[in-house]
Amino acid sequence: MSSLGRRPGMAVNAPSTELPPLIKESGQREVFCGLTSIVWLHRRMPDAFFLVVGSRTCAHLIQSAAGVMIFAEPRFGTAILGERDLAGLADANEELDRLVAQLLARRPEIRTLFLVGSCPSEVIKLDLARAAERLGAQHRGRVTVLNYSGSGIETTFTQGEDGALQALIPLMPMAPAAQAAQQLLIAGTLADGVEDRLISLFGKLGITNVATLPPRRSTELPGVGPGTKLLVAQPFLSGTARALIDRGAQLIKAPYPLGVEGSRAWMAAAADAFGIAPAQVAAVLDPLVERGQRAIAPHRETLAGKRLFLLPDSQLEIPLARFLSRECGMELVEVGTPYLDRTLMAPELTLLPEGTQLSEGQHVENQLKRLEVQRPDLVVCGLGLANPLEAQGIATKWSIELVFSPIHGIDQAGDLAELFARPLRRRSSLSFT
Amino acid sequence: MELTLWTYEGPPHVGAMRIADSMEGVHYVLHAPQGDTYADLLFTMIERQQRRPPVTYTTFQARDLGGDTAELVKRSIADAVERFKPEALLVGESCTAELIQDQPGALAAGMDLGGIPMVNLELPAYSKKENWGAGETFYQLVRSLLKAQLPPPGTPKPGPGRWRSEGRRPQVNLLGPSRLGFRCRDDVREITQLLGRYGIDVAVAAPLGARPADLLRLPDADANVCLYPEVAASACSWLERSFGMPTVKTVPIGIGATVAFLRELHSAVGLELPADLVPDDDGLCGAESRSRMPWYARSVDSTYLSGKRVFIFGDGTHAIAAARIASKELGFKVVGLGSYSRELAREVRAAASELGLEALISDDYLAVETAMAEAAPELVLGTQMERHSAKRLGIPCAVISAPLHVQDVPARYSPVMGFEGANVIFDSWVHPLMMGLEEHLIGMFRHDFEFIDGHRSHLGESAPAGSDAAIAATAGSPVWTREGEAELAKIPFFVRPKVRRNTESFAQERGIGAITDEVLYEAKAHFSH
Repeated sequence: MSSLGRRPGMAVNAPSTELPPLIKESGQREVFCGLTSIVWLHRRMPDAFFLVVGSRTCAHLIQSAAGVMIFAEPRFGTAILGERDLAGLADANEELDRLVAQLLARRPEIRTLFLVGSCPSEVIKLDLARAAERLGAQHRGRVTVLNYSGSGIETTFTQGEDGALQALIPLMPMAPAAQAAQQLLIAGTLADGVEDRLISLFGKLGITNVATLPPRRSTELPGVGPGTKLLVAQPFLSGTARALIDRGAQLIKAPYPLGVEGSRAWMAAAADAFGIAPAQVAAVLDPLVERGQRAIAPHRETLAGKRLFLLPDSQLEIPLARFLSRECGMELVEVGTPYLDRTLMAPELTLLPEGTQLSEGQHVENQLKRLEVQRPDLVVCGLGLANPLEAQGIATKWSIELVFSPIHGIDQAGDLAELFARPLRRRSSLSFT
Repeated sequence: MELTLWTYEGPPHVGAMRIADSMEGVHYVLHAPQGDTYADLLFTMIERQQRRPPVTYTTFQARDLGGDTAELVKRSIADAVERFKPEALLVGESCTAELIQDQPGALAAGMDLGGIPMVNLELPAYSKKENWGAGETFYQLVRSLLKAQLPPPGTPKPGPGRWRSEGRRPQVNLLGPSRLGFRCRDDVREITQLLGRYGIDVAVAAPLGARPADLLRLPDADANVCLYPEVAASACSWLERSFGMPTVKTVPIGIGATVAFLRELHSAVGLELPADLVPDDDGLCGAESRSRMPWYARSVDSTYLSGKRVFIFGDGTHAIAAARIASKELGFKVVGLGSYSRELAREVRAAASELGLEALISDDYLAVETAMAEAAPELVLGTQMERHSAKRLGIPCAVISAPLHVQDVPARYSPVMGFEGANVIFDSWVHPLMMGLEEHLIGMFRHDFEFIDGHRSHLGESAPAGSDAAIAATAGSPVWTREGEAELAKIPFFVRPKVRRNTESFAQERGIGAITDEVLYEAKAHFSH
């Protein structure tokens, strides 16, 4: 069964009886690798530097994907392996030490250095864990050196953040049980403004001890311990969630804070974990819900009844599909996801409308063929595919915008709906006659 | 190992993609891991291509490495041939695949591909870069396709007058224009029109717009024009060696170079020089009047261009051309010249030494920025990278070379080669200076009372201090609480004034006296309708 299940295009059992069999595919993937996460991680932690140990392709990928060459000196870079490093003429470790020393001399404000593994560094088995240990000792007291892999052979797009957070977890102080049980830990990078808002709302609910991972300063890591209540804000943090659970954290099961419904359920689940009465939750959140629904309403007019196809990209596809179908009235043609983590996605899957076709992995040619047959009204996809689809008359929404925009929480639900309504409105507003 | 923040060139397989995407009927199977498909967006976003680049990626993952990645390569090749039915196939690998040594080209050679020509691309990813990859790919493709036509050793070269004996007009190939090259689309059109005026036809322009079958016709032409040496130099020199085809090497960017190019071309195909290309006593010729640039440069308005200090950096071809135009045709003073093209380092060094400078050959943009700052130029001619550096240093800049930004693929006809190209260059180099002058005047006159209203910064920089407080103090106006202000401060600065206004009018209409963060969000929801 399992060997058959890996065959491209083979249908395997779906999690719930309401959903048709999952399409599981492998083939050409139009998905970024985990290195791309650096683009938002470095902004989140301004005292950290991300040094990819890789090839010119890695450097070119990050700069092309990000399109952010506006920075004088970004807090990320690539140690590009050369022929000498591969031929063993130069000891790659000595070379790395030299580059790191040079980098730290130039950037004295850096407190945490992430050595980020890439496809080439993984294939040549360059041991970045040992390199991090060695460099950490060399620069002790000055900078903490960590490592994780963002390689495309192991990670997709947003999984890079999962790796970076897992590298931070061992440094999180142990919180004593009495304290830990009072603490809410939110995992996953959120826009600063959104995060402030969510924390302030938790305060109104009566949860005052709220910490976030990653923190805004890499050196100010929150504690974790037995009973720490873990609320995951992004659906791509499988490894992070597991590692925090291993440290004693209790995972709060909830859908993700996208849209009014998901955000309310996410906050309510946290409140429930702290024993806060539903009446209190309703008193704080229901006015927001009513307002959020009002903000969505005009966009729902544009989106309702429109057929949506999501190509796999950021792992946000399933929560977005849930929001766009349940709150915006869109019809789901196919919901692609790079990989399906059934534990982290369980509360979302039960909310998907009956008959939703999920697909995991990608065989881009087959998927585009299905798309051509289905002719959806809107496709969520990466930048490589957007213009070719637009040229065929199909409206698209770039998925990368979703990881850069503040979209989480009840107050952002209207903005989130607008992101999807915009391409449809634009199409109908253009006229050349 | 070398530390890189931003890079001028991608890896060599991206160069190969540029050749594949430039052509019709060519498909490239690339053995590469997940993530390498990022390169598609260079073509679909920067060049706004309406189709995906003709590239199939094998997308191997860690779990495949223990198994049979060679099988994956063969399956990908077979699928691509069946699905896209290419007229020629390129097979190669990206940096990671190079390490696992599946040798996809050798695998393809052992497959039945239905007789389509296959080119095995070996592009060393750890020592070479994008432009080299493009040049090598084009050369390998030309060589593979023309192998069967190679004349036996000892065959005499065709004479320059072959076209006469064949009773036709002389014809040449335009080699090197490619996708993601600077203004190639319009340069090809400009040069084709220019040659047409002199009775010379373009046999094949390649790789841009050509099919494999067109490359088979390359030896029918009387000469090859090496328009972009980065991409076409190897192919031109092989065609010269193998088929005795002369190469026209002058790159027609700028007035002097365009005229020199036309003269070289006439000599290469054995055409007598027409009157408008014959220099008069002052060394000028009639053809120059086809461009407005020589006159604009002489006109009195351009006096202020004299001796402007210019810093130049780009690919070899465009940097060398820019240095010549800047110093000779616009009367600037070149204070720095450099290139990231190591393959053309010798030529760039020669051009710099003619100007009494030492060329900067580097792909470290920070070294370029440092050199730029030290040279204290008044204008920078560079790539998008230098545009950002110049912006930081407060120096006007015009972009003259790849790497490209979406803005470097303009909707309008905008060549840089030939006589129209010289017009485009005059405008695009001089306009940023005008802006510089304007900025200077604003600085000078900003304290004149007549000036303030019309030229006040749209960001409100010169708005009278305390205006916000003054508005808030008006009777009946709502007052911002600390929480409200704090929430407002998190909104991006460029929309903040609008949000402030909207929130205040929202509060006022409802008789709300104090604007809290809640009121701000109420207003936000209200106005999102």
